[in-house]
Order: sequence, then structure tokens, then C-alpha cells
Amino acid sequence: MQTPRIKWHIVVFLAPAVLVYTAVMIFPLFNTLRLALYTEIDQVRSFVGLENFQTLFGDPRWSESFWNALGNNFWFFIIHMLVQNPIGIMLAAILSHPRLRFAGFYRTAIFVPTILSFVIVGFTWKLILSPIWGIAPDLLSSIGLKSLYAPWLGKEQYALTTLALISVWQFVGIPMMLIYAALLSIPEEILEAGEVDGITGLSAFWKIKLPLILPSIGIISILTFVGNFNAFDLIYAAQGALAGPDFSTDILGTFLYRTFFGFQLQLGDPHMGSAIASAMFAIILIGVCIYLFGIQTRLKRYQF
Amino acid sequence: MNKARQNPVNALAAHTVLILYTLIALFPVFVIIVNSFKTRKSIFREPLALPDADSFSLIGYQTVLKQGDFFLYFQNSMIVTVASLFFILLFGAMAAFALSEYRFRGNTLMGLYLALGIMIPIRIGTVAILELMVQTGLVNTLLALILVYTAQGLPLAVFILSEFMRQVSDDLKNAGRIDGLSEYTIFFRLVLPLVRPAMATVAVFNMIPIWNDLWFPLILAPAEEVKTLTLGSQVFIGQFVTDWNAVLSALSLAILPVIVLYVVFSRQLIRGITSGAVK
Repeated sequence: MQTPRIKWHIVVFLAPAVLVYTAVMIFPLFNTLRLALYTEIDQVRSFVGLENFQTLFGDPRWSESFWNALGNNFWFFIIHMLVQNPIGIMLAAILSHPRLRFAGFYRTAIFVPTILSFVIVGFTWKLILSPIWGIAPDLLSSIGLKSLYAPWLGKEQYALTTLALISVWQFVGIPMMLIYAALLSIPEEILEAGEVDGITGLSAFWKIKLPLILPSIGIISILTFVGNFNAFDLIYAAQGALAGPDFSTDILGTFLYRTFFGFQLQLGDPHMGSAIASAMFAIILIGVCIYLFGIQTRLKRYQF
Repeated sequence: MNKARQNPVNALAAHTVLILYTLIALFPVFVIIVNSFKTRKSIFREPLALPDADSFSLIGYQTVLKQGDFFLYFQNSMIVTVASLFFILLFGAMAAFALSEYRFRGNTLMGLYLALGIMIPIRIGTVAILELMVQTGLVNTLLALILVYTAQGLPLAVFILSEFMRQVSDDLKNAGRIDGLSEYTIFFRLVLPLVRPAMATVAVFNMIPIWNDLWFPLILAPAEEVKTLTLGSQVFIGQFVTDWNAVLSALSLAILPVIVLYVVFSRQLIRGITSGAVK
């Protein structure tokens, strides 16, 4: 025996966390991957190998829904990257101005939507955009743009983009805060050195600050990616499990939920559900790997 | 200081952008709360007006309190959130202490194992989690939710807390050991009080996602007596969708506790995010 005695206090300190984490998170995760290889025939679970994945990608009834959900999910993600993160960075850049008054107030107020639940956010926007209530059309007509109004959440071509923008409205506080923190950690001497060289205002932002906060932008991108690819709640709260109109707002999370629990006449299927969850796992893993090995290692980090 | 940083035009532009965005952020919340206090007629006639003597009405709140069991939902959410936070902090701090304080074989590996869950969402394992809860008879209990949220919160908690525990002075702990304190006493009496700010950060980070989660209550605990406030208001609004007074009041009642929590903890939250705890 190499270890003469076990240090019991280490075991006691680690045991609760490791047990709960393993039993409720890691074990089910792998069990879900395993269940994807089974199916149920006459209430008996039997091993079918990759058949579920063949159905998911090969059977047009399934593969159409899957690619639709995946495509929608990418669009959802792209809107977040193109709208949420630039707005977040812009707000943070303004807020981090050293002499700005009421910065604390703005920061607190802009973060309010982020703390609300998807249920509140989904229904609130549903009401505001509703043609019955008429707040959105009234506001648009007050600035002379009434012709632009459409019941966005009810139109196939607009619904997904509208929901993505609602989600942007909700979460813009997170990139704002993280970038704000990154901007505050830039030492004053660097900015002053730039000023001496005549780099001020906007050009100071583009030439000095932006390169320095790139690592934070990387972190925000991967957080957005993981968050978007397991999103579910907002779509479910605003459009229901069917992700209407005509599945135009279906993303992987709602697709998984419908497959797992069933809807209307279709019965729930935990094994197909596991197959979809495995696909989501693979997508998230690929994203995280691209970030860890492709992006993070190339970003220069500056130590102040 | 140079001119560009004091330019009044720039300051004006900055305030314009910020005020505009603050309005965008707060307007929907404002509209919901204001209209929840109005009669049905004035909700539709003048949605943007404040309630006055004529249009003031509490009928929506009366429906909500009569029909929905919001106090029960609130209590369930409270129990789930507080218990989950307690276990995340206790178990997380204990594991973080073991990882940061002792050298033992497999230390790094254990740290990596626990960190896996930071990037992988627990929802991926939902099918098997439900199966596990069915087998153990925990479906439709608050305990199922508490276990899931504890597991979900532990990875980041261990990560953040072990960073902070590395900064606690070794001399202090060794002085305790010389005085004959056990490792447990050192942890609970000496180390825990010193990392309290970090624990507060972890608590605030976890609090909002747990309180607001819809996925796991929907799947693991949909029964009436264990509904959380988030699920309860979702179901309630779904049923009363044409009763605008009730829907607006239910939304306002769901907003209220979160806003209170936010006002109480916003400093801690903002300090936590900006102190680089999530770098």
C-alpha cells in the first residue's frame, strides 16, 4: 500500500458536491447519450444502435423538423451576435466614460429586463405587439410609421426574428456588464499614452480599447452560443410548444420538448428525445471546442 | 485631461443614447404594471395613461388571488431557491476548500471534472434526469428541483470559490492547526467567514436563473401543489388569456418579487460581475 491512511477529511469535504454533481448531472448526461441508442418495442427497451439517428437524419418527417429547428437556432444565434453584442459593447463604452453622471442609474435600469423570467418577458411583449391592444401600432403611428406595423409574432416570415430581438432586449445587460468590467480594468496610463499621441474619442475606442477587450468579447460569444442552443423558455412562453406559426419559431429546445413529451396526437418518445439531446450536445461541444482551441488560444491577453 | 473627454456635445449624445435605451428597457415593464391597475375599458382605450380615479380598478388582482394559488407558488419558489442556494454554497465551498487546500492525488483531475459542467448545460440530460426522478419517486417534489439546481450551480461555485480560497492566508490556517483545531473547524470557523463576499457573488449569480427557470418545473414538478411561481404564472396566464385584467395583474405579481430581490441585491450582483468573478 502506498497511502498509509486515507485522509478522511478530504473525502468528507469533496463527497457531497461530487455525489450530487455526478448523480444528477454527469450520470444523466451520459445516460441520455446511451438512451439515444435504444428504442421501446411493446414496452420493452431494446438496443437499436444508431437507428434513432438514422430516423432523425434520414426520415424526411423527422429530418425536415430537425434541420428547420437547427436553421432557426442559427438565425436566433446570428441575431444575438449581430444585435445584442454590439449594442452591449456600445452601451458599456458609453457607461465606462469616467465623467458620466448617473452611470449607476443607467446600469441598474438597463439590467432590469435580464432579471425577469422568460414567462414575464414573453407575455409582456406578446401583449405589447398584439394588434388587439394596439400599443405597438399606436406608437408607430405617433412617429408616422404606422404602415410598418404588422402582427409580427403571428407572421411566419417575422416571428423568429421578432422573438430573437425580444431575447436581445432581455439579455443585452449581460454583455454590457461584462464589457463594462473589462473596460474599467484598462489602466488609465494606456489611455493617456494614446492621448499624448493624439488618439482620443472614437479612435481611442477602436484602436486601444477594442483590442484589449477582445478576450471578453470571446467569452460573451461562447456564452451566447451555449445559451442560444439550449434556449427553450422564451419560445415556449410566447408561442407554445408548437412554436408557431407553422413551426417557424421552432428551435432545438422546443423540438426536444415536443419529441420527448409528445404533443396533440403524437406520443412522447424519450429515445428520440435522447437522440435530439445528443445532437444538441454535439453542437454545443463543437462550439465550445472551436472557442477553446480555435479562438481563445489566438486572442492575446494583456496583463496589466 | 483633454478636450474630447469633457466635450459637452459628447456628454449630451451619451445621455441621449442611454436615456433612449433605458426607456426601451423599462417601457414594457411600466406598461404592464400601470395597466394592471386599470379597468378593462381604459386598458384598451388609453393604454399609456396612468390610472386615475375613474379608471382605477383592482379587479385583475382579485381574480388572480381568487383563482390562482399565488402564495403557494411563491412559497414553493422561495423554498426551491433558498434550499438550492444553501446546498450550492455549502457543498461548493467544501469541495472548493478540499481542492484549494490539500494536495492529494487526482486533485487537478477532480478540479477539471467538476469544471466540466460550467460549459455543458444540464438540460441536455433531461430525459435521463426525469427517468432518475421517476425511479426514485421524486417526481413532483420540490426536492427534485433542489437537487437539479444544486448540481447545475456547483461547477461554477466550486470554480469561483476555490479561486478565492487560494487567497486565504496559510499562516492563519496553520496557526489554527497548531492550536489543535480540526480541519473542519478551520474550514467553518476560519475560512468560510473570510470568503463571504465570494459566496454572496455565487448566490446572486445562481438566484435569478433558479427563480426564473421554466424547463425543470415544467418537466419534473408540474403538479399543482409544487408549482413554482414561474410555472404557476405561465399556466395561469395561459388559462386566462382573454381576461386582460387578470393577465396583467398576474404578470405584475410575478415581476414584483424579482424586482424586490434585484433592488436588494443589485449592488452585490453588479459588483460580482464587474469584479471579474466570471473572467
